[in-house]
Amino acid sequence: MSPSLHYDVVVVGCGVAGLTAAARLAEDGARVCVLAKGVGSTHLAPGTVDVLGHDPDIVEQPASALGAFVSAHPEHPYALVGADAIEPALEWFAARIEQGPQPGYRYTGSLERNHMLPTAVGAIRPSALVPETMAEGDAGSQTPVCVVGIRALRDFHASLCAGNLRRAGITSRAIELDLDVGRVEVNSLGLARRLDDPRARAAFAAQLAMLLRPRERVALPAVLGLRDPHGVWSDLRHRLGRPVFEIPTLPPSAAGIRVYNALLACLRAAGGRFILGAEVVGVERQGERVSAVRAHTSGRDTIFGARWVVLATGGFASGAIELGSDWQARERVLGLALSGVPAPGEPRFSADFLGEHPMSRVGVAVDASLRAQGTENVFVAGAALPGAVPWQEGSGDGIALSTGCAVARSVLEREGATAAA
Amino acid sequence: MIEDLFHEELRSSLDHCVKCTICETACPVAAVTPLFPGPKYAGPQAERFRATGQRPDEASVDYCSGCGLCTMSCPQGVKIAELNAHARYGVKQRKGVPLRDRIITRPTVLGRLGTPVAPLANATLRFRPARVLVERALGIHRDAPVPNFAGRRFRTWARRHQSPSSAKKIVYFHGCGTEYYEPDSGEKVVAVLEHNGYHVEIPDQGCCGLPLQSSGLFGDARKYVQRLARALAPHAGDGTLIVGNATSCTLMLKREAREILGLENDPDLALVSRQTFDICELLLELHDRGELNTDFQPVNETVAYHAPCQQQGHWVGKPALELLALIPGLEVHELDARCCGIAGTYGLKREKYKIAMDVGADLFNQVEASGARVVACDSETCRWMIEHGTRRPSVHPIELLHQAYRL
Repeated sequence: MSPSLHYDVVVVGCGVAGLTAAARLAEDGARVCVLAKGVGSTHLAPGTVDVLGHDPDIVEQPASALGAFVSAHPEHPYALVGADAIEPALEWFAARIEQGPQPGYRYTGSLERNHMLPTAVGAIRPSALVPETMAEGDAGSQTPVCVVGIRALRDFHASLCAGNLRRAGITSRAIELDLDVGRVEVNSLGLARRLDDPRARAAFAAQLAMLLRPRERVALPAVLGLRDPHGVWSDLRHRLGRPVFEIPTLPPSAAGIRVYNALLACLRAAGGRFILGAEVVGVERQGERVSAVRAHTSGRDTIFGARWVVLATGGFASGAIELGSDWQARERVLGLALSGVPAPGEPRFSADFLGEHPMSRVGVAVDASLRAQGTENVFVAGAALPGAVPWQEGSGDGIALSTGCAVARSVLEREGATAAA
Repeated sequence: MIEDLFHEELRSSLDHCVKCTICETACPVAAVTPLFPGPKYAGPQAERFRATGQRPDEASVDYCSGCGLCTMSCPQGVKIAELNAHARYGVKQRKGVPLRDRIITRPTVLGRLGTPVAPLANATLRFRPARVLVERALGIHRDAPVPNFAGRRFRTWARRHQSPSSAKKIVYFHGCGTEYYEPDSGEKVVAVLEHNGYHVEIPDQGCCGLPLQSSGLFGDARKYVQRLARALAPHAGDGTLIVGNATSCTLMLKREAREILGLENDPDLALVSRQTFDICELLLELHDRGELNTDFQPVNETVAYHAPCQQQGHWVGKPALELLALIPGLEVHELDARCCGIAGTYGLKREKYKIAMDVGADLFNQVEASGARVVACDSETCRWMIEHGTRRPSVHPIELLHQAYRL
C-alpha cells in the first residue's frame, strides 16, 4: 500500500522520550507526526526527573557518580549517549516547562546534587530535577514536617508517611482534614482540579492554617493544581506563611500530567502533529530502510510515510516488548531485533518481585547512535532501550530525556548530511 | 445471540486493564459529577461483576456520555466506552427506554415532521412556556440547545444539482444535520469537492442510527445503519470513496456500528466502513499528495478550533487544523478542552443538561479567553452547544475553506 500521509519523522509513543524527540525535531524544522496507541507513562510517573539515584547505594551527587556508573555499565543508555549529554537535555526540559502552558511553573535542580524527596510511604527518593512544588520536601532540611492527608483521597496515608519519615530521622507528624469535593472518594486528579479553583483553595487553606504548629513545613499529596500549579502552590505558601511541598501519589499523577501538557504544547507550538488512538501495527520495508508505518485508525489502517522512525514505546513493563508462551521475546510494534534476552535455559525472572529480573534489561538492539540494529533509519529512545533497570537505578526520566534528545540529534545529523548530498 | 457474541469479544479486552487510571484522567463527565464514577469503575471494574450476573451501580452507567475519550487514551487497548455502551444497553433492556429517548433519537422522523412547518416549529422550540411543557411531559431540558429547521431539505437541492462530470468520483454522505437543519453546509461541501475536481454523487440516504445506539436502542440502531450501508455500498464498490461532514456519523459508519452493535460481518457495512472519510481527513490527504486546490484567498478572521470527541475517535489527529493553517489571514487558536458536553442527545435530557453545561464550561471559557469571534468545530450538535454556551457563531471548518475559495 502507498502511504496516505508523508512526514520527515514518525515518532511512535507519547511518553517523555517520544514527546522530547518529537518536540526537538519539530523545533529544528522537521515535519513530525507522533502516533500513540494511548497516553504514556507520564500520567503514572511522579513528574520528577531522576537521573541517577542508586548505584547501588544512594547517590548524592549524580554529576560525579555518572562517570564511574557509565564505565561500569557500557551497555547502559547513558553510556551510549555519553554522560555529558544528560545536563543539556535537562536544561532543554526545564526551559520548555517554563515556557509551557502552566504560567510560572518551573523545575529546580541539577546534576550537582540530588534532591532527597519523601515518597508517599515516607521513604527517601533521590531526584536531580524536580518541580518547584516538591523541592521544599528535601530531607536535608531540619524543619519539622506536617504531613497533611485529605480524607477523600484514599491513596495517600499521612500517618504512614509521617511514621516512616520519623524513622528516617525527620521530625514529622500527620493530620487529616476534609476538602469538599462533592463525593465520598476522589483521586489526586480530582483534588488537583478542585484546588485550581481559588475559592476552594482559600477555604482549604483557612481550615489547614488552624491545625499547623509554628515552624512546620507542610507536606501535601501532589494535588496542587493542574492548570495553574505555580499559582496554587504560591497561594498556599502565602496563605499559610510557610514552606509547602507536594509528595508524589499513586496514579493518576497530577505532576506527571503537567509534564505531558507542557511537552505536548511545545510539540504543537513547533508545528508537530499528534495522533492519539492510532496504534502502530506494522511497517513497510525496503531492505533495511523502513519507508512507512501502518497504524490502526478507525475504519481502516492508515499508512504514514516517513524518512525516519523513532520508536519510543517503552519496554517490557509497558507491553512494547513481550515474551510469548514459547519463551521467545519480541518487539511488538516494528519487529526489531532485541538485545539482552537471556539464553535458553537461563533465568528470565527472579522470585523477588522488586529484585533483579534478567528480562527487565531486554531492549531493542541499537548502535552508538541509538539506531536499531538491522535498520537504516529507525532510532530508539527511552525504556525501549536495553541495559537499564530504571526503577532500581532511579534513572527513568533521565534516560527518557537524554535519549529523546540524542535520537533527535542523530536524525538531524543524517537529515543534514542527506540535504548536503 | 448476536449481542452476546460481540459482547464477549469486547469483554476480552478488559483483561488488558491494569487499573492505571489513565482513562479516568480523560473522562470529561466524571470530572464534573459524582453521578458517573468514571470509566474505570463503570467499565472494566464493574464489567467483572456484570459477567457473574451482579448489577453493580446500575444507575451510573447511563451517565456515561459515550464520548469515547477513555478508549482513545487507554494505552492497553481496552474498549472502555464500548463496554459502557453495552452495559447501558443491558440496563435499558431490563428497565425500559423512556418515550423521550425513543423520540429524540430519530432525527429523520423529527426532520420530516418539522420541515414543512419550520417557522411554527422553530418558534415553538424557542417559546419558553412550550419548552417548560415539553420538559414536564417528556424530560427534554427547557434550556437545552435545539437547532432550527431550515424549512427545506438538502435532498431537494441535491436532486436538482448537476455535478460536473469528472474521472474523479466521490460519494457524499451528508447526514441528518445537513438534510434538515444545515442544507447550506451541504451545498458548500459539494462546492469544495467540485472545486477540487470531483464529480459528487449524492445517493438517497437516511440516518446512521448513532442517536439510537447511544441511548441503548441497539435493535433500531442496527436497522438504521444497515439500511444506510445498503444505500451507500453500491456506489462505493469500485473503490470510490465516501465522504461526510457529520463527523459523529462518519465515525459511526467507520467503527462504532461494527464494534458496538456487533455488525462486523455485514458485508455492506464492511465496505462502507473502509471507504468512508471525514471531509477534513480526506482534504488533508489530498494536500499531502499535492492534489488539494490551494488557491485560497485571505480570510481576515480570528477563529478558535475545537476538535469534538467523536472527531478525535477517528484516530487521525486534527486534520482541520492543518487545513485552516493554509488559509492566508486566518488566525486559528487550538483549544484543548476535551468536550463541549452535549454528546449528541445526552445534554438535551433534563437530568443531564446541567452536567453537559458543566462539562462544556472549560471549552466555553477557553473560547472567551481566545478572543475568537467564531468557533470552528466538525460536529453539528457540538456547534449548537458551543453557540448556546458561548453566544458566538460556530461553523464547520469546511465553511471557512469555502469562504477562502471564494466559491
